[in-house]
Amino acid sequence: MSLWATVLLACAAAYLLKLAGHLVPQRWLEGPLLRRITGLLPVALLSALVVVQAVVADHRLVLDARAAGLAVAAVALLLCAPFVVVVVLAAASAALLRHLGWAA
Amino acid sequence: MTDDAVRAAERRAVVRQSLSVGLATSAYGVSFGALSVASGFDLGQTMCLSLLLFSGGSQFALIGIVAAGGSGAAAVATSSLLGVRNGLYGLQVARILDNRGGWRLLAAHLTIDESTAVAVAQTTPRGRRLGFWVTGAVVFTGWNVTTLLGALLGNALGDPRTYGLDAAAAAAFLALLWPRLRSREAAATGVAAALLAAGLSPATPPGVPVLVAAVAALAVGAWAHRGDATREHVQ
Repeated sequence: MSLWATVLLACAAAYLLKLAGHLVPQRWLEGPLLRRITGLLPVALLSALVVVQAVVADHRLVLDARAAGLAVAAVALLLCAPFVVVVVLAAASAALLRHLGWAA
Repeated sequence: MTDDAVRAAERRAVVRQSLSVGLATSAYGVSFGALSVASGFDLGQTMCLSLLLFSGGSQFALIGIVAAGGSGAAAVATSSLLGVRNGLYGLQVARILDNRGGWRLLAAHLTIDESTAVAVAQTTPRGRRLGFWVTGAVVFTGWNVTTLLGALLGNALGDPRTYGLDAAAAAAFLALLWPRLRSREAAATGVAAALLAAGLSPATPPGVPVLVAAVAALAVGAWAHRGDATREHVQ
């Protein structure tokens, strides 16, 4: 497969998958069980994304500056800090730890 | 406060959230652009991926497999497997937006982690719609501009890790997850999904752990549903 074919096939598949979710009839989602599951879906995905973003690197679990930033974010959330403050504090602490050479 | 004032305050809060998520994540476009060119894709192919595929995890997976010498078919398959997640998001986004025709085609293209996460985190229908469109537009614009920059300048711009932007992305996801953890069911789902993702990450391609973690929602949802049904039966 040429590189262009790879690129275009992947683009087409990605869009069709996105569109498929939008075209499923709404009534398929009306049962109490399905409503419950689709409600929990973002919790599962967000939670997994947090883990993957914060402690996974090259197929290994690592505790580096990202995990420290995440811990700072968790403390800020416990103190009811606004969204922007949480994100900026996390970035700043990770950047600082790396700058000081205390964390990778 | 009057209704108008409440709405204006809500609008500002949603836009602020959308901007922080959008800017934190789109900064990664620099590393995508640089890596893509380094992996043997030309400028046109790199921009095509960011404009048309527009899903960070899938894009990184695609160029990673090609760079590692994987086949085009394997690259497309992995990229698409990661994209199934967006299909799941589409189910939720379609319910939030209630669009028809062309808007639905555009909404589908913007259905990604960030736009969905910001949308579902809002408390009113108006806020959810605004969160989806603003985040989608900000991430799309930022991601493509920074991809172009990254592809043109290579790694000369520096590593986004220097600025802690990788930690910012994780924190943004946590901040979006936080208010949704109020029920015991949600907390159980979150913990199960986190453990699944951590356990699977060493053994599976990037992105797959997130996809499989969706099983936690299925399992906890079904379990709680059965519990309710049993209680009703007893009563």
